[in-house]
Amino acid sequence: MPNRNRLLRCVKPLIMISCLGLTACATLRGTGDMGVVIERATGSVQIVETSSRSRLGQVTGLGDLSHASIVYSRDERYAYVFGRDGGLSQIDILQGKLVKRVIQSGNSIGGAISQDGRLLAVSNYTPGGIKVFDTQSLELLVDIPATYGNEGKRSKVVGLVDAPGQKFVFSLYDAGEIWVADLTEPAKPQIQKFIKVGNQPYDGLITEDGRFYIAGLFGEDGLAMLDMWNLDKGVKRILNGYGRGEQKLPVYKMPHLEGWAMAGDYAFLPSVGHHEVLVVDRHTWQQKKSIKVHGQPVFVMARPDGRQVWINFAYPLNDTVQVVDTKTMQIIKTLKPGKAVLHMEFTPRGEEVWVSSRDDDRVLVYDTRTFEQRSSLEMKNPSGIFFTSRAHRIGL
Amino acid sequence: MKPSSGAGVVLIFLLLAFNVQVLAEVSPDRQAALRHLLKQDCGSCHGMTLKGGLGPALTKNEIMHKPKQLLLTTILDGRRGTPMPPFRGLLTEEEVNWLVELLYQGDI
Repeated sequence: MPNRNRLLRCVKPLIMISCLGLTACATLRGTGDMGVVIERATGSVQIVETSSRSRLGQVTGLGDLSHASIVYSRDERYAYVFGRDGGLSQIDILQGKLVKRVIQSGNSIGGAISQDGRLLAVSNYTPGGIKVFDTQSLELLVDIPATYGNEGKRSKVVGLVDAPGQKFVFSLYDAGEIWVADLTEPAKPQIQKFIKVGNQPYDGLITEDGRFYIAGLFGEDGLAMLDMWNLDKGVKRILNGYGRGEQKLPVYKMPHLEGWAMAGDYAFLPSVGHHEVLVVDRHTWQQKKSIKVHGQPVFVMARPDGRQVWINFAYPLNDTVQVVDTKTMQIIKTLKPGKAVLHMEFTPRGEEVWVSSRDDDRVLVYDTRTFEQRSSLEMKNPSGIFFTSRAHRIGL
Repeated sequence: MKPSSGAGVVLIFLLLAFNVQVLAEVSPDRQAALRHLLKQDCGSCHGMTLKGGLGPALTKNEIMHKPKQLLLTTILDGRRGTPMPPFRGLLTEEEVNWLVELLYQGDI
């Protein structure tokens, strides 16, 4: 594997730096322009870099990676991969190898890393709850079952994010609850529960300042919002009854809220069952307008400067990506990157965006200003794309 | 929205149709596309290995005791109160029949 070897050549000097001095350091590198792309069908990931848009190596043996996601250690060296099969894998992206791997549950959906970088929380469907691990040893520190009601039922957990103050926030899909867990003392988690927040919360996000946690509701037209600065005020319903009077359309893939799209005074959110992006005033949390789009939005993501919002869509309209200019609130570009576009990720300052086309087995790189294609990288059924700049963002 | 009588007629039609050789009616190209759909797109809720996710597991052991017509109508018309969407219009009834057989055989 030439790519792997190239990566190793880069890394060796780093490891041996103390004994060799600086003679071989031309290839010494940082990780700030690196990232990981999930190859969902083969249980592997590609390690990539965005400066010259290349693949550096592949790591295999990671299990079922459908719906896999990644968080980064605060030094941006280790990627933690949360697999569907409950696998939690730690990858050293500099050395291009798997460091540790544990199977922590039967069925998992995602994870988060704590503010101080010491704790990993994983949200599980089966058995429903979150588990918290030490980022160094991957040892289990605490298990928080998502038990609800009087019969001891356990709920699937979705929308898990980190929040300031060593907190994790997550939603209980079956219970319709939002929980805030303070892990200052990992062995003694302090949990605050908000019940009856709405029907079937399907995902959640936290604003990049860590203040507002918002859960999307599948079972009703609205979102549940928690102000982390005023937890005593409880959960507030926002955008209640959006899309009223319109026929609800089938949803062939759940939208994702992780790509919080904030631009100026507005937030952009996927509608559920309507082919629209909702535009919300960030101060009043009232709906400003809705923008008609190509299909059921899945990811609605703002370019880091907030001037553009990029949207991909659910099956069967998933060959398209649209771009909204947040100044005019108009669609300014419709791209056809390939079959089954699953995810997008902006370079840290947003001059380029990487787009995965699962069924064309490639990741495309676009210039976000000209929309020209800059590169195309072959990968096997690529899905999630995760750059290391996430390491320093709240909620990612 | 209650199931219409039209859906009932369709169901009867499906039950009749199911007794004939349905597997032969789906071309090899479509079979490959359906397998891909099952694994990749159904898999986004049911898991790529169909061991379940937000939606229930669809492995042979999990579904073998469920009536076939339940699966057929669920795929064609979706299930109210859950995120399961209807595939009528995207897939033909023959194709859904073929998919259900595949699931029963555990041949995924």
